[in-house]
Amino acid sequence: MSQPTTREPAAAPATTREPILEVRGLVKHFPLTQGILFKKQIGAVKAVDGVDFDLYPGETLGIVGESGCGKSTVAKLVMNLEEPTAGTIKYKGQDITKLSGRALKAVRRNIQMVFQDPYTSLNPRMTVGDIIGEPFDIHPDVAPKGDRRRRVQELLDVVGLNPEYINRYPHQFSGGQRQRIGIARGLALRPEIIVADEPVSALDVSVQAQVVNLMERLQDEFQLSYMFIAHDLSIVRHISDRVGVMYLGRIVEIGADAAIYEHPTHPYTQALLSAVPVPNPEAREERERIILAGDVPSPANPPSGCRFRTRCWKAQERCAVEEPLLAVPEVFRGTGGPAEHESACHFAEEMENPPGE
Amino acid sequence: MPDGHDPHGHDPLEPIDPSQGPIAPAGGYGGGFDLANADAETLEKGPSHAQEPGGPAGKPRSLWSDAWRDLRRNPIFIISALIILFLVFISLWPGTIATQDPLAANLAKAQAGPEAGHPFGFDSQGRDVYTRVVYGARASVTVGVCATLGVVILGSILGGLAGFFVGWWDAVLSRISDIFFGIPVVLGGLVFLSVVTNSSVWPVIGFMVLLGWPQIARIARGSVITARQNDYVQAARALGAGNSRMLLRHIAPNAVAPVIVVGTIALGTYIALEATLSYLGVGLKPPTVSWGIDISDASSQIRNAPHMLLWPAGALSLTVLAFIMLGDAVRDALDPKLR
Repeated sequence: MSQPTTREPAAAPATTREPILEVRGLVKHFPLTQGILFKKQIGAVKAVDGVDFDLYPGETLGIVGESGCGKSTVAKLVMNLEEPTAGTIKYKGQDITKLSGRALKAVRRNIQMVFQDPYTSLNPRMTVGDIIGEPFDIHPDVAPKGDRRRRVQELLDVVGLNPEYINRYPHQFSGGQRQRIGIARGLALRPEIIVADEPVSALDVSVQAQVVNLMERLQDEFQLSYMFIAHDLSIVRHISDRVGVMYLGRIVEIGADAAIYEHPTHPYTQALLSAVPVPNPEAREERERIILAGDVPSPANPPSGCRFRTRCWKAQERCAVEEPLLAVPEVFRGTGGPAEHESACHFAEEMENPPGE
Repeated sequence: MPDGHDPHGHDPLEPIDPSQGPIAPAGGYGGGFDLANADAETLEKGPSHAQEPGGPAGKPRSLWSDAWRDLRRNPIFIISALIILFLVFISLWPGTIATQDPLAANLAKAQAGPEAGHPFGFDSQGRDVYTRVVYGARASVTVGVCATLGVVILGSILGGLAGFFVGWWDAVLSRISDIFFGIPVVLGGLVFLSVVTNSSVWPVIGFMVLLGWPQIARIARGSVITARQNDYVQAARALGAGNSRMLLRHIAPNAVAPVIVVGTIALGTYIALEATLSYLGVGLKPPTVSWGIDISDASSQIRNAPHMLLWPAGALSLTVLAFIMLGDAVRDALDPKLR
């Protein structure tokens, strides 16, 4: 418990500060093609289909959702590793989706990524010193040549690894240590935003906590903004200031972490939270689990209207016809309570016995 | 960054007491996490196999310097390198170890066994087999090495680029390599080489490169596609790395192993193919001396005079073995996991 846990309350400043990252109408469709030489498009996987969110300086935005809901694609789009089909991603007011060459390279300095799998995200044929020093090779203006080794050792120290390990290879480290190397690489250019795509999913439970706490410490130390993607709701709650819930390529509910976890208004969020394991067996007896029927529909052919309606117990005619927009539901507008946050449901309501309690 | 100083005053060099490790807090481990109690500072600081050669705080190393250090101490590499150096030496100056004329024939001694001054015996035309084996190295080693180099360079560049920049270039290249795969080697050799009047080794090498590159191109393409999908390539791109850095630093070192293996094995097949083409009368032609020509001459006489076949065939086998061993040693040296 040596961490200073001085994160500000998240809900209030969200409206007063300038967002560092503004994502609007982000769409990514992967074409499905047929034929070998003359490819004919027969459809598209709508991996991300209209996502909006803001990221504020110094905050952590958690993104949760099932596998295949488009979380990782959003991360890749923000990192400019994929080109969006439509929409804008504004970093400090500048749309980065259209950038290329030098301008893109300059933006990359400020947005860095921590990858999911520490076993494939480090080149097995490079020493740790080369891996963490590579950002300086690519951006030579960040650190003068003679200074790089010291900077690499400093970074190793910052993430809690022995600075003498620079000549070792990734396979000589454990999963948690490798993830620290990945974090050190992400920090090398002193970015303002770190996109963490399931950074702890591949690690042991005990090591997950270490890595998450390290990330929190670094956030305070370097004033980082995190976009933290995960499917583990407990981890996301621990680290996030705000949380967005994704389903089938859309954000269905977004708000401060306490609002989402304790006052979810979207049925999908409610179902998701009811699936979180509860460590207390007595509480487990009392609690009601919402078990969703069926599978996630194919993102190549999503349902009309509300995308969740095929599995929703509240679904009515209106859901198939009219698409619910991500906005504060009318019932909660102006109440000022924690349930007043954006939720894309026609029939948004709080549960009597919220599962996140 | 606060000048490399750990903000929590923890000396990074100090060994951590394992009993402080992130163990479940006393009083019940509820099945979930106790994130607040897991202390990020009580980490293992890495495997403690204390000293590795060179000293941990020595100068920074890289894959290539480590590979070279590894190779110098690998007996397989030393043996194969010595054999190859010897082959190169006798290819350049065969007269230093074989003083006779490889073309001098003494029909009276046709197919005779070893005798003083002629340790390997004589061939069907009474020429000294030892001298011919030494002089034959030049043509055979030139064909084998140059054809392999040409095939590996052309094939891995074309295949590697096809794997990296998928799209129309990949589609076109794959179809072209299908066409070359469809050409039977011997028939192609007969057609291609019979119209060439130049009797040096270069048309033969050119033909082998022309028909051989698709094999390496396919392997290179496949292993580049595999390597390209790794997260570290994405990580390099996210850092702002250009295509050349990604290809040379990240993809090539991780995709080269299968190319080395197939390339070194192919070297032997090219020397044997040269023999086949010579046998058919379209490869190297006498008076050029080559192992391939001698092997095909001797193969019909194996029951009368086995020494005529064994010596040049043995030299060929030793050459192929040396290159395969070299390729194996280089491949292992480039894999840090095997160190």
